[in-house]
Amino acid sequence: MTRKRYEMGILENALPEYAVFSRLDRLISWARENSIAYLTMDLACCGVEMLQVSGGRFDIERFGSVPQVSPRHADLMIVAGTITYKMAPLLRRLYGEMPLPKYVLSMGSCSNCGGLFSWEYSYSSVSGADKIIPVDVFVPGCPPRPEAVLHGLLALRKRIASRHAAVREEAPGEWGKERAVK
Amino acid sequence: MAIVSVGPLGNHAIGPFRIRIETDGENVRSGHPEVGLLHRGIEKIAERMTWAGFVPYTDRVDYVSSVHGNLAYALAVERLAGIEVPERASRIRVIATELGRIGSHLLALGAMADVLGHRTFFMFALRERERANNLFEMLAGARLTHSYARIGGVAFDITEGFVEKTREFLEYIETKIPEYSDLLFGGDLFRERLSGLAPVSSPLAIQAGLTGPNLRASGLKRDVRKDDPYCGYERLDFGVPVGAGESGTQGDALDRVRVRLREISESSDIVRQALKGIPEGSFQSPIPRLFRAPEGEACASVESPRGTLSVYVRSSGGRGPRRVRFRAPSFSVLSLFPGILTGAQLSDVAAIVSSFDVCASEVDR
Repeated sequence: MTRKRYEMGILENALPEYAVFSRLDRLISWARENSIAYLTMDLACCGVEMLQVSGGRFDIERFGSVPQVSPRHADLMIVAGTITYKMAPLLRRLYGEMPLPKYVLSMGSCSNCGGLFSWEYSYSSVSGADKIIPVDVFVPGCPPRPEAVLHGLLALRKRIASRHAAVREEAPGEWGKERAVK
Repeated sequence: MAIVSVGPLGNHAIGPFRIRIETDGENVRSGHPEVGLLHRGIEKIAERMTWAGFVPYTDRVDYVSSVHGNLAYALAVERLAGIEVPERASRIRVIATELGRIGSHLLALGAMADVLGHRTFFMFALRERERANNLFEMLAGARLTHSYARIGGVAFDITEGFVEKTREFLEYIETKIPEYSDLLFGGDLFRERLSGLAPVSSPLAIQAGLTGPNLRASGLKRDVRKDDPYCGYERLDFGVPVGAGESGTQGDALDRVRVRLREISESSDIVRQALKGIPEGSFQSPIPRLFRAPEGEACASVESPRGTLSVYVRSSGGRGPRRVRFRAPSFSVLSLFPGILTGAQLSDVAAIVSSFDVCASEVDR
């Protein structure tokens, strides 16, 4: 039995017990994608839907993802809501405090592109999380349904699986050097 | 002395809301709420929107129960333009707002429980809120930000099967309320932590301009639905729960939590009455496509889950409002914090803030 996606498998009856074989980077990404702790950036309306995702009905924990309030323990940042100019430095600082490898899921129109509060309308909000931090997955909606967030998470898992994870990963460009300096 | 920041993220408030605390060991020397982390300039946006185009923004003033924001705005514009709302629309509005209140109070209680480490009730509250969200999905097609109450009525008529589903939900929630009352107040966790915590006396509550459950917890029977009825609330029979100080101090955090739980059962009672005789007729009075409100100003208040949500609109006769102003109930609560947090334990700060059910987007707008 070989699972194609991970190029892993079990060799049966050839050895006294059994042996699991894989490539190291596949093994690492397998471990990574199945335990994504996410930082709940509960910025606005989408934050309520993000709460509901962790509730009983949608139950994000069946994908191995748990909400975290500390950036030090998080792999993924779900940016849920409008990023105001006052919040933007804090968002960047929290992103900097997350350990590598780190991923960002932008949830909802506000953090995708500004949405209802883009620069055309609002004088005080940033038009999209990708203006200040690198984003891996965009989930559209205002707010997105919890199913859409789960779909975004699954998309991220695919992305993690397809990366050569054993190579030490740096966040792109200057972001990797960002440290928690006020 | 150290400076500790509670927030901006966390379950103590809905949305980003920070409190800067100067500590003295384990005690709080002073606490200052820091607002503006979610200031999106909604009131300024109103000035360049059409009258109907601003409705989605009113969702986002208080997004936990967005239909109250819609309703307050719609009532103000209707008052300004002298629009008659059909009976059926008013009745549907009552049903929608009370369902919104149930959902909002569930989230408030759940967040309070989560702050105290009562994770079980938090999950239960989310589960019940899902059911309320389902009903909203039947009604408006959206779960959270449904621009349901529009100028002149509501967006859609009630759908087939909605009445039965709502009755089912009410029956369910009414059987659950005693269970939750037991779960929250039967054990030691809430009683020990919250009784006598951060009491607000009624003169102090009036001085700070508190409204809604926070004011009623201090023993004052004030409710916009009773004092200045809208949407036909005067024809409905319901009680206004007030804090009785069962735990010793009137107006403490436990009273605020109790009042919210009782309001859920009152709301379900209101919805049950409203469902009985939904009048026939139109759900929306005809509004011209290029709607222009006459010059003038108007104000309307509704009883939102957090208190009195007032909207002031001014028109210069154009296609959109000249000025829209929201008087948000959560903002008044903030003036209490410097006084009420002084001398409290550091570990109680999140519980105190959570007991007032502050919604950051309502504070900052």
